[in-house]
Amino acid sequence: MQIEIDEIAKEFGPATALHPVSLSIPSGALIALLGPSGSGKTTLLRILGGLEFPTSGRVLFDGQDATGLTVQERRAGFVFQHYALFRHMTVFDNIAYGLRARPRKTRPSAAEIDRRVTRLLDLIQLPDIARRYPSQLSGGQRQRVALARALAIEPRMLLLDEPFGALDARVRKELRGGLRDIHDQTGLTTVFVTHDQDEAMELADLVVVMSMGRIEQVGRPNDIRARPRTEFVRAFISA
Amino acid sequence: MTPAPLSVSVPARPFRPATTEPVWLRRSLIVAVLAMLSVLVLAPLVTVFAHALRDGLAMAVASLGNRDAQSAIRLTLTIAAISVPLNAAFGIAAAWAITKFDWRGKAFLITLIDLPFSVSPVVAGLCFVLLFGANSAIGAWLVASGHPIIFAVPGIVLATMFITFPFVARELIPVMTEQGRAEEEAALTLGASGWRTFLTVTLPNIRWALLYGVLLCNARAMGEFGAVAVVSGKIRGQTATMPIMIEMLYNEYLSVAAFSMAALLALLALVTLTLKSALEWRHADQLAAARRH
Repeated sequence: MQIEIDEIAKEFGPATALHPVSLSIPSGALIALLGPSGSGKTTLLRILGGLEFPTSGRVLFDGQDATGLTVQERRAGFVFQHYALFRHMTVFDNIAYGLRARPRKTRPSAAEIDRRVTRLLDLIQLPDIARRYPSQLSGGQRQRVALARALAIEPRMLLLDEPFGALDARVRKELRGGLRDIHDQTGLTTVFVTHDQDEAMELADLVVVMSMGRIEQVGRPNDIRARPRTEFVRAFISA
Repeated sequence: MTPAPLSVSVPARPFRPATTEPVWLRRSLIVAVLAMLSVLVLAPLVTVFAHALRDGLAMAVASLGNRDAQSAIRLTLTIAAISVPLNAAFGIAAAWAITKFDWRGKAFLITLIDLPFSVSPVVAGLCFVLLFGANSAIGAWLVASGHPIIFAVPGIVLATMFITFPFVARELIPVMTEQGRAEEEAALTLGASGWRTFLTVTLPNIRWALLYGVLLCNARAMGEFGAVAVVSGKIRGQTATMPIMIEMLYNEYLSVAAFSMAALLALLALVTLTLKSALEWRHADQLAAARRH
């Protein structure tokens, strides 16, 4: 799905989180929103997911105005920074949550839900953890379960907030490849937020560098490295 | 020349962790606490039961059997059965509003929730009398329409709810603050409605704190005296709750009857406490997980 961000601005009371920003995300791309904390990247992601509403501007999905769609109507697979797994449910129930929450007419049968959850557990390469609780999983396993839970709703796009932020360096490297594989297999338009430039450069097709609520530069990783457009970008990627 | 052998002779001193106090201090602290608890808590409790059973169990039970006593017991249980569920619902709503949203006036609401803890129950009762009593416009209308609040059961429910309002909310706010909004947001992005999110995510996460708050609220609802004394009018057989009845019996020198009723009330409180302890013991790990703050 192609995403168009058209002059989106967001204010929290007197504070401006986003100055009007515009961005076009091609269908099927893997995009990184890169910037330091307070740059507005998470706010932009939450606006795409419908968790936050812009003060002004529009969001278009495949050319259709989606600004007024509720969070449920957006059908965005969202992976939260600390994964936000339901702690009182097993991994199976976590992944099945979105399917069970559907209205009766479109809800799959129990057998079908079972089949889909099993397939997703295979996709994240953790076929044996269905009966465990989130507290019994490692950080890396939790991240992958959160990914499976987001994919279970057959989302139109995948949005990830610092998906590797809570992991140690070794696991982080491993899971980068995992996200790339899942993106390539599903073909979903994927946007992830990170403050780690290596992560953004290594993983993304297109990197959006942000600072102070503004987009500083949009480009392929190599172009941004070779030709940083502003002083901020130069300083940030050489850090 | 050979060097003199190094003699490492550290005087043997017993190792003591930095946070451990000497034995004598520990023991005297424990004794002091036990002594205080015995005088302040245990002795009165024992006395109540001893007095109630002074003329034998049969007399105590008989004194609870007369019509006024039965009415008081029934009234107290009714009041608790009405006010505790309502306060549980209001407590959840208040805690939800405070912890899951940012809005102006939040601090004011928190202060308001704490108000019943700081206002004397008698004052609270008087406020209700002034608001809904026969001398006020609302009260006159209520009396005329045949639904008086003051000196009637609705007034007692109101007063009890006022006094016990903070228990559930106060128990939930820290738990819900710590748990944050992420799980609810996750449920919403997965397509769940607000109500479904509440039932399947919020409620299971707060169930232990909620139960704890409800038990405390219940104990207080059954025992409230001051505010109820003012609004009830102490009409025997109609608006006299167990605590009110105890006071009246005692003032009439019917001490066996008074203490039997008091023992029953204490027993109800003890059942609540036992239930609480049993829950803590059986679900210690979940409670610890839910109350990490």
